[in-house]
Amino acid sequence: MLSFIARRTAAGAVLLFVISLLSYLLLSIPDVDVGRQLLGQGASQDLVDARNAALGLDRPVLAQYLDWLAHAVRGDFGTSWFSGENVTRAIANRLPVTLSLMVGVTLVTAVLSFLLGVWAGVRRGAIDRFVQVFAVVGYALPGFLVTLVIVLVFAVHLRWFPAIGYVGLTESFTGWLSTVTLPVAALSIGSVAGVSQQVRGSVIDVMRQDYVRTLRARGLPPWRIVFRHVLRNASAPALAVLGMQFVSMLGGAVLVEQIFGLPGIGSMTVNYTTRGDIPVIMALVMFSVIGVIVINLIVDILIGWLNPKARIA
Amino acid sequence: MSERTGTVRRLLRHPLGLVSAVVLAAIVLAVLLAPVLSPQDPNASSLRDAFGGPSAGHPLGFDSAGRDILTRLLYGGRNTLGGAVIALAVALLLGVPSGLLAGYYGGWFDSAANWVVNLVMALPAMVVLLASRAILGSTVWVLMVVLGFLVAPAFFRLVRGIVASVRNELYVDAAKVSGLRDPRIVARHVLLVVRAPIIIQVALVSGIAIGLQAGLEFLGVGSGDTPTWGAMLNEAFKNIQRAPSLMLWPGLALGLTSGALVLLAAALRDALEDRGTAPAGRRSRRRARTAAPAAPAAPAAPAAPRSADAGTPRTGTPRSADGTSPEAGERAELLSVRDLAVSYVLPGGGTREVVHGVDLDVRAGEIVGLVGESGSGKTQTAFSILGILPEGGRVCRGSVTVGGEEIVGMPERRHRALRGDVVAYVPQEPMSNLDPAFTVGSQLVEPMRHKLRISRAEAVRRALDLLDQVEIADPRRVFGSYPHEISGGMAQRVLIAGAMSCDPRLLVADEPTTALDVVVQAEVLGLLRRLQKERGLGVLLVTHNLGVVADLCDRVAVMREGRIVETGTAEQVLHAPRHPYTQKLLGAVLDGVPARGPWQPSNAEVV
Repeated sequence: MLSFIARRTAAGAVLLFVISLLSYLLLSIPDVDVGRQLLGQGASQDLVDARNAALGLDRPVLAQYLDWLAHAVRGDFGTSWFSGENVTRAIANRLPVTLSLMVGVTLVTAVLSFLLGVWAGVRRGAIDRFVQVFAVVGYALPGFLVTLVIVLVFAVHLRWFPAIGYVGLTESFTGWLSTVTLPVAALSIGSVAGVSQQVRGSVIDVMRQDYVRTLRARGLPPWRIVFRHVLRNASAPALAVLGMQFVSMLGGAVLVEQIFGLPGIGSMTVNYTTRGDIPVIMALVMFSVIGVIVINLIVDILIGWLNPKARIA
Repeated sequence: MSERTGTVRRLLRHPLGLVSAVVLAAIVLAVLLAPVLSPQDPNASSLRDAFGGPSAGHPLGFDSAGRDILTRLLYGGRNTLGGAVIALAVALLLGVPSGLLAGYYGGWFDSAANWVVNLVMALPAMVVLLASRAILGSTVWVLMVVLGFLVAPAFFRLVRGIVASVRNELYVDAAKVSGLRDPRIVARHVLLVVRAPIIIQVALVSGIAIGLQAGLEFLGVGSGDTPTWGAMLNEAFKNIQRAPSLMLWPGLALGLTSGALVLLAAALRDALEDRGTAPAGRRSRRRARTAAPAAPAAPAAPAAPRSADAGTPRTGTPRSADGTSPEAGERAELLSVRDLAVSYVLPGGGTREVVHGVDLDVRAGEIVGLVGESGSGKTQTAFSILGILPEGGRVCRGSVTVGGEEIVGMPERRHRALRGDVVAYVPQEPMSNLDPAFTVGSQLVEPMRHKLRISRAEAVRRALDLLDQVEIADPRRVFGSYPHEISGGMAQRVLIAGAMSCDPRLLVADEPTTALDVVVQAEVLGLLRRLQKERGLGVLLVTHNLGVVADLCDRVAVMREGRIVETGTAEQVLHAPRHPYTQKLLGAVLDGVPARGPWQPSNAEVV
């Protein structure tokens, strides 16, 4: 188990390194004169050069990258070129917002999809048709369109929740809840659609397995077979889908945070990346990829726990 | 090719398929004909008309800058759909050939490609697209190429998976042997297999690409005035308090397009699966077991009178002299089946009977063989006795008593109480009948705790004792093992131990040795016989192997097409078969196969 985690962490580190190198090189292709942009057209060339030198931009790209890497491994992502903010601190400030969303969406998705999926797979009939229609609709509509409709209905028309803004969890729990509810709901629809469909499918598959029949022949009651044996065997593929949803959730968070005006990582991505602020972009890409790697690791460990065949010594 | 037109026709007959195909065609056509349908300039604005409602010549009204909404919708569709087409083309060009190569040849290219794909899939598309804008500028067409690169893994994985599984199929081997070169094999055989899944994937990926593209435009990443659905939504969102209705048309266009694409994919899949059910697939075996008995419905008609006259007159023949013949009227206390019929609900409605009036008796201490070819209804009969018929199947006639209690029509809860401790089941395939997620031990302990209401420690003790009784050398190790860690023979012993665990009086064994190799078969049969003797069990042994019958069974019932065609003592049936079908069965099986097979030594060692 430990060696598995160690191996996966090492592979993740290699992946991070490759992605960081590629990103840095690609981001450096457009020859942006950062000093000139910061100081304006009126500044003298000497001042601009001095500014560029202060930012370390007069060196070759590879040297810049190695310098960045040396700091990044210590958790120091430098300062934003354009706002002068400390990138690590800026991200740390915004992380709770995005994490609130992610944790909320993951919980809602896990609970709802398993409820709906098991119910549909075991009962079939009307509930099954409902889950399938919901899955198709939820999958078909682009997430941000769903979000817009939710804003329109619940914030603009019904005024149940604020359309915009964020209240920290530490400031006021109810305030936090009211600002987070709609974004979480908006992000959850797509992932519940995807995961509940998977749960339903694997529950139906498992219910047809020979060992389920044999368990029935032993005289075990149906609820016990469903909740102990079927659920456990059906969970592994569903978890894999949940893990994949996480990646698209990151993209969804960008749009949702922008629409609801939440000061999270997502809206930061929109505001900084388009200007080519390399220190910020690099940090954002690294954080996203680390998130994906960690989630995949957790999913694999859980799957191994659920399915002894997939367990790695 | 006729197969293909068949699929298209089925797709169009599918109501959802037809609707979504029509919607998509209408949208694409309208967008292509934008200059004809709306001769205005999409950027022509008159501030006087801002937020203006519908009027002649402007059926959808004006946006916040006084531009005609219909015109912008049509031209916006060009950019939105065009962008998706670019992304799709790039994804196909990258994903399909690399998937073919990786799946067909494997090796280092496969490993390398997989590594790259995992890397790409770890990247959140939206973040990368936004970062790409910093590098590549705000031209949306260029960003769509990046998007194509990001969704290419969807095609790569699909194609690679299918090709890798097809590569080892017999017909590909045959093509290789007959000297076809790889490119021809790929073009002729492999591409044919991946074509349909790729088309489905195209529909799904287009939906995703359109959604992402619109999302980007919505964030304002696109270049200024170019009309797109996403940009229109962005503009509408800015005015959400003032004119929320602006969101209606671009939202509808986007929703309809994505929805139609996904529904089309679903309908396509249905249409292809329709076609796929005809030839036997991998799952056909299971389906055959439930559906195949229904297949000979037509030939069953001529067979029926024959089996009737072969069956009923025997009542008066010497067979009844031994007093074991069920037709005598008295019913065995342990298991007695009279006129049992089983029917299945057909997918299209209606029902089909697969077992037609079976009579059967098993007494305590007796082994009765139920013999017949696959599809004859043996297993259906066994499942009816246990009350574990698959979905859609039910006992539609007759009577089954177990331990004197009538189980037909008995509430499920009471019937469940009989399972395990009155009647127990030993299945056919040892491996698939153990839950892979639980240890052997916990699968033995759970039913005992539930049925016998004993403590955990007591159940564990009993389980270890049972494993020892079924001649497992190291009960403790097997107790803690998972099913995939033990052999097939071992697994069958575990299943027998499980069946015995609650001290049943009747054992229903469904081909308990068919899946095992010969030596293990003999050991397991010996074990069954020993346990039966020791415990005075009544056993209903379902089998197609007359050698097994000769060795174990006291009495035999021969089944064909859902009917019992002959019953009697094992000796009578095997030495003087009456029914032509039994004669045929004997002729087919016993030729050259020693009736008392190689398992005798182990049997001697056991007893």
